[in-house]
Amino acid sequence: MSEVTVKEVKKYFNQVKALDGVDMKIQDGEFVVLLGPSGCGKTTLLRCISGLETVTSGEIRFDQKNVTHLPPKDRNLAMVFQSYAVWPHMKVKENIKYPMRIKKFSKEEIDKRAKETAELLNITELMDRYPAQLSGGQRQRVAVARAIVLEPAALLMDEPLSNLDALLRVTMRSELKKLQQRIQTTTVYVTHDQVEAMTMGDRIAVMRDGKILQFGKAEEIYQRPKNVFIAGFIGSPQMNFLEMTVKREEGRAELVSKGLSILCEEDKVKGLEKANLDKVILGIRPENILLSPENGCVPIKGSVYFTERLGGETIVHVSTESKRFVVKVSGDALFNENETLRIYLNVKKTRLFDPETEEAIG
Amino acid sequence: MMKKTLIFILCLLIVLWFCGPVLLILIAALTPSAEYYDLARLVPTKLTLTHLESLFVRLKATLISIQTALLSIVISFAIGLPAAYVLTRYVFKGKNLFRLTILLTRSFPVIIIGVPLVTLYLRIGIADSVLGVSLAHSSMILPFIIIISSSILGGISVEYEEAGMVFGLTRFRSFLRITLPLALPGFAAAAIYAFVLSWNEVFISAIINLTNRTLPAHILNTAMTSPDYFKFAAGTVMALPAMIFIFFTRKYLMSMWGISLK
Repeated sequence: MSEVTVKEVKKYFNQVKALDGVDMKIQDGEFVVLLGPSGCGKTTLLRCISGLETVTSGEIRFDQKNVTHLPPKDRNLAMVFQSYAVWPHMKVKENIKYPMRIKKFSKEEIDKRAKETAELLNITELMDRYPAQLSGGQRQRVAVARAIVLEPAALLMDEPLSNLDALLRVTMRSELKKLQQRIQTTTVYVTHDQVEAMTMGDRIAVMRDGKILQFGKAEEIYQRPKNVFIAGFIGSPQMNFLEMTVKREEGRAELVSKGLSILCEEDKVKGLEKANLDKVILGIRPENILLSPENGCVPIKGSVYFTERLGGETIVHVSTESKRFVVKVSGDALFNENETLRIYLNVKKTRLFDPETEEAIG
Repeated sequence: MMKKTLIFILCLLIVLWFCGPVLLILIAALTPSAEYYDLARLVPTKLTLTHLESLFVRLKATLISIQTALLSIVISFAIGLPAAYVLTRYVFKGKNLFRLTILLTRSFPVIIIGVPLVTLYLRIGIADSVLGVSLAHSSMILPFIIIISSSILGGISVEYEEAGMVFGLTRFRSFLRITLPLALPGFAAAAIYAFVLSWNEVFISAIINLTNRTLPAHILNTAMTSPDYFKFAAGTVMALPAMIFIFFTRKYLMSMWGISLK
């Protein structure tokens, strides 16, 4: 168990930039998720931490120890690979015991730990099988067992659930999280699945183009995304974005677009004043648009364009004069196409972005 | 149904086309000398192993052939495996050119380098030796070993090896303990292929060695001046091991050359 510090890490593959100055500090025992679209550098960052990839510049520390130039074997890490990488020529028990044998644990210790870990992951009856005789989910458990049995300084996981079917993925998601809480090992977890990130991570680092855009708790990233990209990447269905004109008068600000006018709250007025913009992008999440009026909501007229009924919730696409909004309603709701209705934007839960820089302003 | 029959006949013709001559050679090799020249008799009344035996009593040549083939395999793998590893596991400038150049070495017929080799060998004192022929054979086998091995290594997920490295092994030991056992069946097939190449090579060993000749070179020298049935017996000895080896390793040979059966 260690604190992992990544300082100014850059990584180039020949001329191609994969990591562009990454800084992050992972607390002891924390579960951190690296989230981003493919090609954003999240796997490269994980591999740099593991030592399988050397960094071009920068520093990686485990606690106070500088490990930047150590080979992977001397970093006291464990890793769960995307393909599991459970060695096919060894039985399950050999897979679990082999890393301990390399590290010269005593025989009693090896047997004891292997037994305990197998029990923890429910694979005791699989110990004498070869990986080829296991299902994907079982192989996954073996890979996790092999990783945690060493009690490593940090546990690295590279999209470990992406090869499982949807149902198993949900189960393993909660099991992995529970397991991590129990063993309290510092964990770095790479995924492109925002649901995995939101549900598992103590903190999430959203990455794009080799940079960490935002690093914080799930709710913080969800409620206060730092820019348009993060706001759009996290949350499903996607946040609604609408470009609006700013009308400012003394101590007041009004956002206007066709058929919609929003009087800003005090905190937003301050942000707008500071940014001094003529236009802003308004972001509002589908669940913050309501079908019945409530305090502090701004109405807009529209007509139903399309409905997606998912059983437990309904996604309604509503055309208005200025934009087609996506609205999420809980429960099963029935709408006729082209039916006219009013939707109500919960202004308190909106987010404003600068249209030029795409950064949040309030 | 019609289509199936046609395909069957076509396959049969192809098999006959390739195996017919081999069968005739085999029969001729097993025909007793008295019956061989009897034109009235196409199929012999009885078969004999005497011609084949008389070739194999030249135990020395057979032994040298085996030694040469084994030594060639050792040399080729010692040089070829690291090259194959680099070709599959690393990205570097000029990689494709390097791969191409490896194959290009095959465009020099071995026979051209024969004479220069003999002069070179005489100077450094390994002419007329197993080592000399093995080195020459290695130069012929090496490109195959590199290309084949890199395709075998390419078929083994790099993550197995990386897992080894994360869990406490150096890159080299991870290759030895994780990748090598997984690649072994493929490497064995490659080695057998190399064995066949060396076993069947005749010109180089005929040129380089005078007294320590490999079996084919020896046969070339002696059997060709002998009666026909000896020639056929010699042909059988040369062809049979290759055919048997290739038969048993054909599945691997397919994957070695990157041909997928799926």
